[in-house]
Amino acid sequence: MVRQFGEVALAIAIAPLFAGWIAQCRAWLQSRTAPPLIQPYRMLRKLFNKDAALAIDASPLFRTTPYIVFGTMVLAAAIIPSIATDLPFARVADAIALIGLFATARVFLSLAAMDIGTAFGTMGARRDMMIGFLAEPALLMVLFNAFLLSGSTALPSVVDASTAHPFFVDPSLIFAAVAFVMVLLAENARIPIDNPATHLELTMIHEAMALEYSARHLALVEWASDLKLFNYACIGFALFLPWGIATHGRDGAPELGLAVAALLVKLIVAGAALALIESLSAKLRIFRAPEYLAMAFLLAVLGLLVHLLLGA
Amino acid sequence: MHPSYMVTEVLNLLAASLLLISFAMLSRRRTQRLITLFAWQGLVLFASTLLVAYSSGLRELYYSAALTLLLKVIALPWILQRLIHRLGVQWDSETLVNIPTTMLVGLGLVIFAFGLAQPISRMATTITRNTIGIALAVIFLAFLMMITRRKAVTQVIGFLAMENGLFFAATSATYGMPMVIELGIALDLLIGFFILGIFFFQIREQFDSLDLSNMEALKED
Repeated sequence: MVRQFGEVALAIAIAPLFAGWIAQCRAWLQSRTAPPLIQPYRMLRKLFNKDAALAIDASPLFRTTPYIVFGTMVLAAAIIPSIATDLPFARVADAIALIGLFATARVFLSLAAMDIGTAFGTMGARRDMMIGFLAEPALLMVLFNAFLLSGSTALPSVVDASTAHPFFVDPSLIFAAVAFVMVLLAENARIPIDNPATHLELTMIHEAMALEYSARHLALVEWASDLKLFNYACIGFALFLPWGIATHGRDGAPELGLAVAALLVKLIVAGAALALIESLSAKLRIFRAPEYLAMAFLLAVLGLLVHLLLGA
Repeated sequence: MHPSYMVTEVLNLLAASLLLISFAMLSRRRTQRLITLFAWQGLVLFASTLLVAYSSGLRELYYSAALTLLLKVIALPWILQRLIHRLGVQWDSETLVNIPTTMLVGLGLVIFAFGLAQPISRMATTITRNTIGIALAVIFLAFLMMITRRKAVTQVIGFLAMENGLFFAATSATYGMPMVIELGIALDLLIGFFILGIFFFQIREQFDSLDLSNMEALKED
């Protein structure tokens, strides 16, 4: 139980740091002066200290959504084995339920964006639903790749199985990894699909949905989206880079310390890699998004095929 | 872990990346990106040939690996780059019909290739027999690329990618062809490539573009 709470607390605490690190890397790569690493925390503190303004037409749904979204993301962080696999929560829900959790958050955020009735919110919600419904099957296919290898749909078992053979990399995982990075970028409103830094009305997706939120509500929505990115990164680590995660039976204090260190190293590298990908690619037109996500889906299916037919 | 098992693992990994690059080539619009991907494909091919050479202990395979490195990773991409610079088409992009559809057809081709290769792989005795299906799939995907592209340069890249697939099939099914044949193919490839390079200029002079659909108008009834 201590492990469980520790992991969730760590996730909540360092998720904004991860987002800040990506922003910093992006700024360096684009020859801009980088914002300090703790910028997201300052932002959150500023937002929490402000008074919330609500639209007159806002229903209770609009007011409760930030808490629901934040809660689902925290629950997701509890399920994903980011530092240890022997988690009480992780046994309750498998990875498919995890995708359901992400979908719940998306539905609530979209409903809240439509609730106010502004054109931008509705537009952003519609676009986000479109991307979500295209990205989910791709993500499921990626997960099926890992499930086939380990014979289980629970992420901790996947990690346990893959750390059992440390030098074993199945060829199908290459395809799955590429597909997963594509889905991660699309789901977290990163560059080929959406620009997290944009405030240009016609192109924004995630920002458009959060447009009507202010103060503590906005802070929670932003924090939740940082957590979502962190969760996706941790799913990626669990599937493709499980080294260092404290596995079942070998999770004393030194192993946990090692796991935290490994997680930090992986986050630093992954953040830099994400910033590099984002800086190298251009934002796609919204109508190209189905094509992009269809590619991700096909790659994941190809991974399944390679696994089944190569018999490797 | 047993060393030959490790070699098979790495070879499967390289084969899978070859297939991945083939799919990436199928989906790229810009000619320049295609050339970069072609060079990467050559590099993976070089690595896999080297590995097969190491595990089988055949000297000829080292030579053909060196040949691959020289020709497909360094020479041909460099010539192609110069060519598209001279032709002024380095930022050319093609309006492909529909990438998801093309990819779906490619997926079908991969299944077909795997099915086709299964009886062959059962007969083969090399350590690389699992990858015959992938080699066939790479050939088919290069075919598909040649079919879906309209521009002369991209069709030639498709042709070269097909040769990569054939070479990989040869190493994976039979530990490579005899050295004489391999040298002959390499020379043919280079010469054919030069002729095609000259053709590019001729085609452009005739039609003011490298779009091959213009050539259909040449038919006489």
